[in-house]
Amino acid sequence: MKNTKFNALFEAIDSFLRTPATVTTQGSHIRDAVDMKRIMITVMIALCPALLFGLWNVGYQHFIRLGYDTTVFGCLWYGFLKWLPLVIVTYVSGLAIEVLFAQLRKEEVAEGFFVTGFIIPMIMPPDVPLWIVAVATAFSVLFAKEVFGGTGYNFLNPALVARAFVFFAYPSVISGDSVWVSHAPQDAITGATPLAMVMNGNVEAMPSMLDMFIGTIPGCIGETCKIAILLGALILLVTQVADLRIMLSVLIGGYVTAVAFRVGGLCAVPGYQQLLMGGFLFGAVFMATDPVTAAHTQTGKYVYGLLIGILAIIIRVLNKGYPEGMMLAILLMNIFAPLIDYCVVQANIKKRKKRVLNTK
Amino acid sequence: MKKYLGPLSKDNPILVQILGVCSALAVTAQMKPAVVMALSVTVVCACSNFIISLMRNTIPPRIRIIVQLLVVSFFVILVDQVLQAVLYDVSKMLSVFVGLIITNCIIMGRLEAFALSHKPFPSFMDGVMNGLGYGLVLVIVSFFRELLGSGTLWNHPVIPQSMYNAGYLNNGLMILPPMALILVGTLIWIKNAKLGKAK
Repeated sequence: MKNTKFNALFEAIDSFLRTPATVTTQGSHIRDAVDMKRIMITVMIALCPALLFGLWNVGYQHFIRLGYDTTVFGCLWYGFLKWLPLVIVTYVSGLAIEVLFAQLRKEEVAEGFFVTGFIIPMIMPPDVPLWIVAVATAFSVLFAKEVFGGTGYNFLNPALVARAFVFFAYPSVISGDSVWVSHAPQDAITGATPLAMVMNGNVEAMPSMLDMFIGTIPGCIGETCKIAILLGALILLVTQVADLRIMLSVLIGGYVTAVAFRVGGLCAVPGYQQLLMGGFLFGAVFMATDPVTAAHTQTGKYVYGLLIGILAIIIRVLNKGYPEGMMLAILLMNIFAPLIDYCVVQANIKKRKKRVLNTK
Repeated sequence: MKKYLGPLSKDNPILVQILGVCSALAVTAQMKPAVVMALSVTVVCACSNFIISLMRNTIPPRIRIIVQLLVVSFFVILVDQVLQAVLYDVSKMLSVFVGLIITNCIIMGRLEAFALSHKPFPSFMDGVMNGLGYGLVLVIVSFFRELLGSGTLWNHPVIPQSMYNAGYLNNGLMILPPMALILVGTLIWIKNAKLGKAK
């Protein structure tokens, strides 16, 4: 298979499964043992706690709505069976496009899609039709990544683009009260997420803070369990894959805005509750910190994070059409991240120029 | 004849010169208004090219833009009135975009670049071909947008009910203007791949 039409695919599988025997013959410039493959695998490990809990929760939400007994293993198995086809479809559809482009460009397949393909099933409703996932993944890989040059050149987070595509193209499968619980019975207790409840003014029906923190609420696979997400955040911070500046400033920006809306009387829930609802924390930890699409300068990271937090809450509270503001806020700031970096760099140049002129 | 065919391929006003994109995004959600829009622009472009070319030696250069605008708006009003009389429903759908043909960069561009320096007949042909080049992109974009966004073509349902029963859904994003931008971008991509990038 080597050096044939399928060379890119061959190389990808080869270097994924085993260490290639190719070594450099000249002096190499190793700066760190951490390469892209290792970063990607670290992110996937960090996602695992949220994933495991999410799988259990998919089954749990399903069984309690139908009034069945729930066992830990039964719930986990049900969630796994829901999740597996999603993952397979995501990887097949995304990697097909990646391999095609690697072939056309005569490059090797980059590892970039592994995390994207891992995250996409975690931010979709459990019962989303598989062909929609395939179309959304193909769209995001093609138009958010490959068009701009592939992994490392994308200025939008591909996983979020896939979700945004589903959100705008097929709103019926990703919004409403019944989509977040697998096979929710029509007449039974509603499966609305806390976000939808706040939007409809149905604050009394909200789950308790503890439930929202542990994550036994309807939602997509990755976002419900705040403990698991914080655990993932810890892994990312200890291994220095993600940046604490971004995570903290997203949370601060969101909290301050939420408190301001609460004081102003526009929002029915206290500020800290906004941070526990929907995908805010998941977005702050796993999406906003994406090293490719986030701002790169240190000051820029604070600005970038703060604006994500502020915008997410503004969209949630003021725009009744979009209950989940986090997705749109991160995508919008992805677009502005290069501009933020530019301004920070220019400001620094100006400052240092002034210093040079003053010392002369 | 061959020298007029540029606007249909390697000199396309939308795909190469990136002119007239605004209306291309706005009217292409369905095929019918897109075709009507394309024909209107073709008529206006050809006729105003012809008239301006006739007058090209008598227009004082300093006021040529105003003269061009007068001629163009004359034809736009004419087209608008005809549409309202003959195709009222389409005219309603196109709403303000018929009037905005006056500001369509393709028409002003052709008047400035071609009609002011060429004889009437070549100018007329240039206008027709540029209108058709614009129309070609509109028809392609609106074909995909209507087919995938509404499941219809020329307002006739083409996607069988059995597909919907099997779980197929119309793509709501296709109805929104952003998707038109992505489709135009894809066309530019295909054009660049086939014909090479514009110099």
